[in-house]
Amino acid sequence: MLANTLTKQSLIKPITSTVAKSAFSTFAGSAPLKDEDRIWTNLYGRQDWGLKAAMKRGDWYKTKEIIQKGHEWIINEMKVSGMRGRGGAGFATGLKWSFLNKPLDGRPRYLVINCDEGEPNTCKDREIIRNDPHKLIEGILIAGRAIQAHKAYIYIRGEFVNEAETLQLAINEAYKAGLIGKNACNSGWDMDIYIQRGAGAYVCGEETALIESIEGKQGKPRIKPPFPADYGVFGCPTTVNNVETISATPTIMRRGGKWFSSFGRERNHGTKLFCISGCVNNPCTVEESMGIPMRELIERHAGGVKGGWDNLLAVIPGGASCPMIPLSLADKCFMDYDSMSDVGSSLGTAAMLVLDKSVDPIKAISRFSKFYRHESCGQCTPCREGTGWMAEMMERLEVGNCTLEELDQLDKLTYNIEGRTICALGEASALPVRGLIRHFRPYIEERIKQYQATHPKTDGHH
Amino acid sequence: MYIKINALLKDKNFHKMFALKSTTSLLSKSVVPKVGLLAARSLSSTPVVARNVMPRTDARPSNSAPFKFTPENLKRAEELLKKYPDDFKRGATIPLLDIAQRQHGWCSVPVMNAVAEFLEIPPIRVYEVATFYTMFHREPRGKYLLQVCTTTPCQVCGSDNIVNTIKKELGINVGETTPDGMFTLIEVECAGACVNAPVMSINDDYYEDLTPASTKKILKQLRKGIVPKRGSQTRHSCEPKTGLTALTSEPVAPPCRPDL
Repeated sequence: MLANTLTKQSLIKPITSTVAKSAFSTFAGSAPLKDEDRIWTNLYGRQDWGLKAAMKRGDWYKTKEIIQKGHEWIINEMKVSGMRGRGGAGFATGLKWSFLNKPLDGRPRYLVINCDEGEPNTCKDREIIRNDPHKLIEGILIAGRAIQAHKAYIYIRGEFVNEAETLQLAINEAYKAGLIGKNACNSGWDMDIYIQRGAGAYVCGEETALIESIEGKQGKPRIKPPFPADYGVFGCPTTVNNVETISATPTIMRRGGKWFSSFGRERNHGTKLFCISGCVNNPCTVEESMGIPMRELIERHAGGVKGGWDNLLAVIPGGASCPMIPLSLADKCFMDYDSMSDVGSSLGTAAMLVLDKSVDPIKAISRFSKFYRHESCGQCTPCREGTGWMAEMMERLEVGNCTLEELDQLDKLTYNIEGRTICALGEASALPVRGLIRHFRPYIEERIKQYQATHPKTDGHH
Repeated sequence: MYIKINALLKDKNFHKMFALKSTTSLLSKSVVPKVGLLAARSLSSTPVVARNVMPRTDARPSNSAPFKFTPENLKRAEELLKKYPDDFKRGATIPLLDIAQRQHGWCSVPVMNAVAEFLEIPPIRVYEVATFYTMFHREPRGKYLLQVCTTTPCQVCGSDNIVNTIKKELGINVGETTPDGMFTLIEVECAGACVNAPVMSINDDYYEDLTPASTKKILKQLRKGIVPKRGSQTRHSCEPKTGLTALTSEPVAPPCRPDL
């Protein structure tokens, strides 16, 4: 999910005053998460997703009481939990909801759920909507109460046809049982939930592009301000949240924010879905406590790196837009926001791509550059032109057809894109390339020299 | 820079030179399919022939086939409008285009016009949406649209093998349709099922954890009219394939705080 890291990160205020000092401080959270502490208990779809089975798993329990506690209580509980948005930017959810904790101005309010899961490596929201849809629906009702919205749109990427169908059936079930709709759960609150399917555009994962798309336009991000909290979908105050954030809400409300914040460390609380893909023995999606050491996560759940831990080349920790982490750092970092930023990357959606030594890192990143070139919406020149330039230079770099000066030029180019675009796609496209140059410069230079040795100069070019 | 340009402008042959140069670069860019040395080192990075552009032209014969919503789809469309506020009917553009495309097979000009007419918006508003999103096809395609994900997570798990297998099996290249109109093969960006890589979607369904052998099997079944096994070909969902490491016990309702 392309979340707007650029504008938001600067807004994040520490939830508590004590900030964890370093990634390498001692961390005692590596005991395995117990099954009874997992939120998504039907993640693997081994049970029915329907209402009856969901209720047996504890969904829709005392929802009426939660709704009747009112929005102040819900927002406060969310703040206590320390939940940070799971879509990638890690913006504090309680704080986001409190932006709409102001008197109604006559305009309706909307809750928008971002399920445009397009970030490479990420495949967690899909598992939620197809295996545990009632968690999301209940979460929407509670979050809708918190921001005082009576209508919610779930924006699902267009390719997830079957998943959208499952979710629609679950919504129909909930309507029929009186859990949503008019006077939802007999709580006196009205809530309507609609599904909007996208049509294949990665940039629609950016919240304002998503809003444009719901309005039936091209998915081109809007300039902020005005922020969606003032002027969102259909010109009304809107909150956009990720599926994972919202579907965790009911459990947090029932068990208490304190329970959720007991996992992980300061500023990085709770449990989280981790997707582990690439060169591991058992790629999987799993729920674990925040701050689990990266190595432990890979070895406990994904069966270890193919060919053993020492065969690891690098890890891309949170979707394509996060810079890679080489083996030397992967050994000692934890999977949470602060630890990842300490090693020069970011947690993003916590969807790791593991690369082993059989993979050519230049080719891997070059493919990401092609991805961004394809997905740039074309609105801002630095991104539209820059992603094209980067993809073309990376393509030449794959074989080493490039000069050493051009390598510096490429690095500079990434800085010329970052921070000069409306949304974070520009930055997202620049970071993987910069990460590659930072950690694999000697490797790239070696390849350039090899190419130059085998291709003698003609006409000033190799 | 300024002096250079001035000197150039004084050159009598400048206009001739310029015209000649731009035509050669135009030609080389459109003829040479891969963006090679020349394009990468020329002044502008925007290729003259842009990627994946599907221009809207009424001139194509296939665009002249008339289109009208079937009564069922018209009912669906009416139902759809209820989702949006009265003055924002335009919100239904994307779902409506989807319905129309499912009916017609692809997004022809009459299809887009019909959507515009239904929503009472200028046709250009629909054209610009249909050309922005990759799931709207501006050309006719085969009965089965094979979309193989080739982004890095799938690439490192062998998606190139899958593409090659399909190419060999069907005798077509990426972007082409088989002569019998059964299959169209395209490469797509991340399909969002990376844990189950490599992934291919055929029309609405995902086929995951593919190997060349299982890909061949799926194609064979489709040719025979059998519906292949959807989802992962080797496991149930996204769990570790050698056995569960989490959620091993029967799920129970979690405890609830006393003050609710």
